[in-house]
Amino acid sequence: MPTTRPRSGHSARIASSELTPQSVWLRRREFVLAGLAAGLLPGVLRAAPDGAGLSYTRNARYGAGETPNSYEDITTYNNFYEFGTGKEDPARRAGRFRPAPWSLRIEGEADRTGVFALEDILRPHPLEERVYRLRCVEAWSMVVPWVGFPLADLLRRFAPTSRAKYVAFTTAAIPEQMPGLAYRVLDWPYVEGLRIDEAMHPLAFVATGLYGQPLPNQNGAPLRLVLPWKYGFKSIKSIVAIRFTATQPPTSWNRAAPREYGFYANVNPAVDHPRWSQARERRIGAGVFGARRPTLAFNGYAEEVASLYAGMDLRRHF
Amino acid sequence: MREWTCAAISEGRHRLRLLKAAVFLACLAPLAALFARGLGVGGATLGANPVEFVLHALGKWGLNFLLLTLAVSPLRAIIGRAWPLGFRRMLGLFAFFYATLHLLCWLVLDQGLYLQGIAADIAKRPFITIGVLAYLLLVPLAVTSTDRMLRRLGRRWKTLHRLVYAVVLLGVWHYYWLVKADVREPLFYLAMTLLLLGWRVRTRLRRTCP
Repeated sequence: MPTTRPRSGHSARIASSELTPQSVWLRRREFVLAGLAAGLLPGVLRAAPDGAGLSYTRNARYGAGETPNSYEDITTYNNFYEFGTGKEDPARRAGRFRPAPWSLRIEGEADRTGVFALEDILRPHPLEERVYRLRCVEAWSMVVPWVGFPLADLLRRFAPTSRAKYVAFTTAAIPEQMPGLAYRVLDWPYVEGLRIDEAMHPLAFVATGLYGQPLPNQNGAPLRLVLPWKYGFKSIKSIVAIRFTATQPPTSWNRAAPREYGFYANVNPAVDHPRWSQARERRIGAGVFGARRPTLAFNGYAEEVASLYAGMDLRRHF
Repeated sequence: MREWTCAAISEGRHRLRLLKAAVFLACLAPLAALFARGLGVGGATLGANPVEFVLHALGKWGLNFLLLTLAVSPLRAIIGRAWPLGFRRMLGLFAFFYATLHLLCWLVLDQGLYLQGIAADIAKRPFITIGVLAYLLLVPLAVTSTDRMLRRLGRRWKTLHRLVYAVVLLGVWHYYWLVKADVREPLFYLAMTLLLLGWRVRTRLRRTCP
């Protein structure tokens, strides 16, 4: 069976099950787990099993003891309102989206600004795989084997100035390709932001792939952020612009409901969403009888990131 | 011309009984569909988050049956025939049935009977509070749905069963408050509810001030 990749944008409306034979994904997972079991260190080059995926090394620092969710779950249960507000809408309705050719606009408080072709953005960065937990603000979670590179490595190339205290990100808004934009459920385009020290933190990641393959459209092709210690909506998808700013930039969900979604949006079981508890979460893939599990502070990454927020009242800065 | 009126009546009753059995089975179809998905019949699934899928489907069917129950009186008035009344109790009890499954699904599958969390949610989260309240108001209606209770309560039965208006409004509100941003569907339910309640207000006004 020929494998069709979502990256080739003209292949509209492919069933997710057709993306790559399931056996390949299953083998991939075994491979990951085998690698973990063998205690492989970073630096071991691993090509995708079918020979057509991304080339990357596995970063064994992250994801030990976690079983990644299935490719099916990761690519069919998405919040990407530009393609519709239902969880299955992005997988069904992102077929017309074209992640290539793509360019990225770099603006604001940096020495190197301008519009860059995606190829030029990506070229210098060796890819690595990181298995991260993803915690949605809706109290469900997944484990995803992302492929990408540290956000800090990308941002440093633009030489942000000393005035750059924050970084703002913008998602593409192309009505002909993103049918969800027709309904103004959020103020399009989707925008997100980080404090510069958060953006420069080694955990902050730019993903260009998952499960060793280029990102499917519904997961934020061609490149997105992954901030595993924050609620999922901070991990902005299909980025078209990055702006270094001196003041805190607006963020979409905070604008839509400031009482419910803060700028920081760090995973915090002690601070509930006004309408639901954040104390426990449902792990996707656990099935009908899977129990909720306790949510961990900073989604279990407290050791790495808690110092970023030392002295801050996290009840106020939620 | 009919030779045997009695026979005609009994045939009519027989047909009504068959129709009721058919409607009863149709009312179980949403539940059967969930089981079919759960078992993977025809490749269908409950999706990546099956608990959420089942919970939301059951809640929505509870609301659907509440609205169907409320649609009986207007339907009777519009077609000028009494037969829809014969289905109202069944539809109402199915609303209670799906609301009960919805609540059980939340308590058992979603919360895992974690009582501390359940109590905190009921106390602290308004959308859950009003959902539980709606359910509690529905219970006496289900309990007093028998012929015996209808006779025993007399005129008070009708007054009691007007609670269903409060139940459906609370149910729609519960749905509206749960949604993160896309409120189109809850608003559609609200529109249907207001349409059905508005019809009642209008007929009452017409009757009192001709």
